[in-house]
Amino acid sequence: MNGHFRIERDAQDLVWLTFDMADSPVNLLNEQTLESLDEALVTVAQTHPRGLALLSAKPGGFAAGADIHALGALRDPTHLVPHIERVHEILRRPEALAFPTVAVIHGHCVGGGLELALACRYRIARLDPATRLGLPEVRLGIFPGYGGTVRATRTIGHLQALELMLSGRSLGARAAERIGLVDLAVPERQLRQAACRLLLAPPRPHRAGWLRGTLAGLAPVRPVLAGILRRRLAAKAPPEHYPAPYALLRHWRRHAGRPTRMYHGEATEVARLLTTDTARNLIRVFKLQERLKGLGDRSLFRPRHVHVVGAGVMGGDIAAWCALCGLRVSLQDRSPELIGRAVQRAAGLFRTRLRDPYRIRAAMDRLMPDPRGYGVPRADVLIEAIYEDARAKRALYAELEPRMATQALLATNTSSIPLESLAEGLTRPERLVGLHFFNPVARMQLVEVVHSAHTDETVLARAAAFARHIDRLPLPVKSSPGFLVNRVLLPYLLEAVRLLEEGVPAPVIDRAAVDFGMPMGPVELADTVGLDICLAAAR
Amino acid sequence: MNLPHSGSLPGRPVYVVDGARTPFLKVRRGPGPFHAADLAHAAGRALLTRLPLPVEAIDQVILGCVSPGPDEANIARVVALRLGCDPRTPALTVQRNCASGMQALESAALDIATGRAELVLAGGTEAMSHHPVLLNEAMVAWLALWNAARGPLARGRTLVRLRPNQLRPVIALLRGLTDPLVGLSMGQTAEVLATEFGVSRQAMDAFALRSHQHLATALAAGRLDEVEPLYDHNGQVYTQDDGLRPDTTAEQLARLRPAFDRPVGRVSAGNSAQVTDGAALLVLASERAVEEHRLPVLGRIVDAQWAGVAPQRMGLGPVHAMAPLLRRHGLASTDIDYWEINEAFAAQVLACLSAWTDERYCRQTLGLDAAFGPIAQERLNVDGGAIALGHPVGASGARIVLHLLHTLRQHRARRGVAALCIGGGQGGAMLVEHTQTP
Repeated sequence: MNGHFRIERDAQDLVWLTFDMADSPVNLLNEQTLESLDEALVTVAQTHPRGLALLSAKPGGFAAGADIHALGALRDPTHLVPHIERVHEILRRPEALAFPTVAVIHGHCVGGGLELALACRYRIARLDPATRLGLPEVRLGIFPGYGGTVRATRTIGHLQALELMLSGRSLGARAAERIGLVDLAVPERQLRQAACRLLLAPPRPHRAGWLRGTLAGLAPVRPVLAGILRRRLAAKAPPEHYPAPYALLRHWRRHAGRPTRMYHGEATEVARLLTTDTARNLIRVFKLQERLKGLGDRSLFRPRHVHVVGAGVMGGDIAAWCALCGLRVSLQDRSPELIGRAVQRAAGLFRTRLRDPYRIRAAMDRLMPDPRGYGVPRADVLIEAIYEDARAKRALYAELEPRMATQALLATNTSSIPLESLAEGLTRPERLVGLHFFNPVARMQLVEVVHSAHTDETVLARAAAFARHIDRLPLPVKSSPGFLVNRVLLPYLLEAVRLLEEGVPAPVIDRAAVDFGMPMGPVELADTVGLDICLAAAR
Repeated sequence: MNLPHSGSLPGRPVYVVDGARTPFLKVRRGPGPFHAADLAHAAGRALLTRLPLPVEAIDQVILGCVSPGPDEANIARVVALRLGCDPRTPALTVQRNCASGMQALESAALDIATGRAELVLAGGTEAMSHHPVLLNEAMVAWLALWNAARGPLARGRTLVRLRPNQLRPVIALLRGLTDPLVGLSMGQTAEVLATEFGVSRQAMDAFALRSHQHLATALAAGRLDEVEPLYDHNGQVYTQDDGLRPDTTAEQLARLRPAFDRPVGRVSAGNSAQVTDGAALLVLASERAVEEHRLPVLGRIVDAQWAGVAPQRMGLGPVHAMAPLLRRHGLASTDIDYWEINEAFAAQVLACLSAWTDERYCRQTLGLDAAFGPIAQERLNVDGGAIALGHPVGASGARIVLHLLHTLRQHRARRGVAALCIGGGQGGAMLVEHTQTP
């Protein structure tokens, strides 16, 4: 153990180098861990083993990437460039070793984590849904700077590497194996054996084929490909607001195939991008998300069954999302047709998210259409998502409350009715809490956790914990009109409506907002949310 | 003739806590939206969710199913795990042809009576629309040759040996409804009884009409609350049995051509049970389990009886099973408040009713001293039967017992008998009692 790495040598003369960052639930790359890695590699090299396997001791994953907080501290390019160059040097070390190296990957292996894995000669991924590999740097306004642009293009070919880096999306183990990002995807029980096999009888390392690896990177081809990719990119992310992917394309077009220049380009470009407003703000958003995650403590509450009343778009999608996240869900509505449509949407969600037919069926089995409300007494969390009418909601609660389990949370998805007014008539008003989801539920990570004057502290903590159990970000807010999001949003929408009334054409208003960087104009947004709902919220 | 005594339940009383079934969905064109395990899972999920009972408390799962799908080996186990039962809870699938669902209940009842289990989830399921279509044997033999053939020449030689008749499929559903020993289809065995007991086409059609009318009335009166809706992945909702024709008439039924003995037979598609997908599940419990979990009680399974008859007369099976059951308990026809005799064929049920009161048949064939008194029409299949709602072979036995218990409760009556005829020449009967407390 040298701080963050553990070195073990086995009977077959293989070294198992275990990354176990001290005082952290996940492995991150920062100056300390990287120097510690360097030291470990030097030590191992001197003992001349037959091979080296690099793995992680963290149950959550291999490595979660560069330490954003540390990077943020190195904002000045004069510090950043040397830092990146030093990382390049450390990550080139495994390549220079006389014996084979393999990264044994499980869970998250993203950003700098994947760049570290790419520095090994081989990669093995654990075959299960938790394993995700990706280079999501563009989502933070930068691009891979720890040699990723060099090694990804060399390993999986120019186009696939660009696709991975430009989109920032992550791949499962099987998909990563298919494109050659990992050499093998095997179940956990075979992970060690597979590593031994690669190290004891090392095959030729994976390289992209002639078409993908060579032709696509030829100097005359690159400008053409870059042009095509640029046009496709422009449809999704305007260059004024998202400079990073364009910078990456430019970097690739200029330097592809020449490692020394690429390393140099990475250092200067990534250091420059880190100082842009976009990167600073995206990193800030990332940190804020991390902070919101910290607001819900999963260990406080272990929900197993969620009962949702109201199978409209919100209720149905909340139910489907909870089932996707592994909870048992019963979905109640007076209209069987609405439940039917919700089940259909859920089936679509499970198909796209899970793919595997066994997992899809298990998710469908967890989601029970429940027109008669059998699930009420079994629920740990009861979410009401019926139409916005205080009297109807109160009448529903009067029916539900006597049947609920004593410890269960009663949550409302209301966006506009004060909780105090809904709590009237409840025997235990202290367990009413707001869980305000946004549409579409599967894409909007934020959930406003609304409390009234009556709401109990532990109820609030449990509601936030529940949000974390279903992988949403809890934002605690007071039950004041519009809560937080609509409070911010509505003046903006109302101003748009005022302009509309003054005679400014709707497309002009929306155009201006989109040019400013909004994903959608205010008029279109108001229409998508529903004018009735906007009106209710505005009141 | 000695009365077989094997059916008497030894030991502790057995209670039916509750039960649920899916709507019965008529087989129309090709495979239906649900496999047999999906049907049983849907019924079981609603049932287990509404009971004040942790799923882990179930000691055993027993399902009847005549023909589970290729991905449903030991379908009871598949369903148990999909329902979230403890992996340590054993499950078995039973098969007694058309009485598989009743067999599951009897096996479950025995487990409880003998003290081997406290709580058993039992019932039946069948997706007849998913019964397999198989390659015929000549084709299987040819495929074996094809797999053994090496090289293009051998393959070519094998290819020319392929004959068109080898492509003719084997429809497992039709083979299953044909007696494997005497070669009669089930409909033809009904024709045998119709001839023997002089059941007219008019009588059959009148009985079929009655089945549809009774089911329609029961549905309108909300007497089928054991039915839990089904939802498919395309958003379609199935809330009730879809084989019902509430507006069918005697004239319409009379126009249907004979379906089995063509062209002169009397048994038509209209006076036979429909081919249907469906499942029915019940929770059976000991007194201890009822008290421990404060469970509701729907009734008690008192006894059951199985009997064998000639395969050609399989339709008389209910008579042969009910007679020893009633004799053993010293009961006359009038002691039974309600009857459910599964309507495989109108001809077969009517033949049973004739044999039951036929002095000669009871003396000579059943070895009794005298015939039974008549089974009153207003006490038999009061909410319709398989002719109107279908006969998913693995599920019907569980359905009629469940519905009989509901009927007894609704009419504040006490005793009921449910019986079925069984392809291959058997009969099964179950004696139940309504009670609300152990």
